[in-house]
Amino acid sequence: MIGALTLAAGLAALALAAWCGFAFSRDQPTKDWHFIGMAVVTVLALLQLVIGVVRLAGGDKPGQGTAIFVAYLLGAAAAVPAAGFMSLAERTRWGSATAAAGAVILAVLEVRLYDIWGG
Amino acid sequence: MPEPTTQDEAQDGAQEERTGRGRGAGAGFDLGQGPGRLLVWLYGVFTVAAASRSIVQMIVDFDRAPLAYVLSAAAALVYAFITYSLVRGGEQARSAALVCCAVELAGVVVVGTWTLVEPSAFPDATVWSDYGMDYLFIPVILPVTAMAWLRRAER
Repeated sequence: MIGALTLAAGLAALALAAWCGFAFSRDQPTKDWHFIGMAVVTVLALLQLVIGVVRLAGGDKPGQGTAIFVAYLLGAAAAVPAAGFMSLAERTRWGSATAAAGAVILAVLEVRLYDIWGG
Repeated sequence: MPEPTTQDEAQDGAQEERTGRGRGAGAGFDLGQGPGRLLVWLYGVFTVAAASRSIVQMIVDFDRAPLAYVLSAAAALVYAFITYSLVRGGEQARSAALVCCAVELAGVVVVGTWTLVEPSAFPDATVWSDYGMDYLFIPVILPVTAMAWLRRAER
């Protein structure tokens, strides 16, 4: 369950990064549709946070430690919304670059989450 | 933006578009706008990453690799200060951030070399180990980019 969700969130984050990167290359700021995309990715990350906490409460132990796992879950849930807010106030192509960077960071966090849970 | 009327204005417009600092008086000191926005975001992320990493490691098992954990904490402080300077803006913050970026670059190079030459001193990795390889080499790229941006903002 965690594995499938991690994969889904990671791929969605990469797609979002590519989409916002495309807006950056076209010299465009983030638009409503980008924010809807960010919301979808954020919902996946929040779902992951909830399921992760439920699994921990149910007695499961992540391979590399609970504290690190929770820290990464929180980081994953916060990354895209934080980048989204920053791009909201930056109405140039650099707002798109910021959103894309946030999505890339989420993808990296998902890889690490996968390692922490399994390893 | 109004339609540019002359060649010069058209070029100015393009310049503003690229750097995003053509807004309002003193916009040259708005370090957190345009490309600076991306830098604020990345420095913010690295502040959180380095700080949480060193805090967790120090709490969990400080004695395993004290040197590595202290270096991570130092990196977090440098990142935090640069983030703050970029957000604050102004000439003073700009020169302070420039100095810190130089310190950051020196830190990455020194710690990166140190970890390669004497791995036994580092039972656990720092943010700057192997020139930031664990972090996609962003720790090396970031100070160079930031210094280029800060020097540009001077004009």
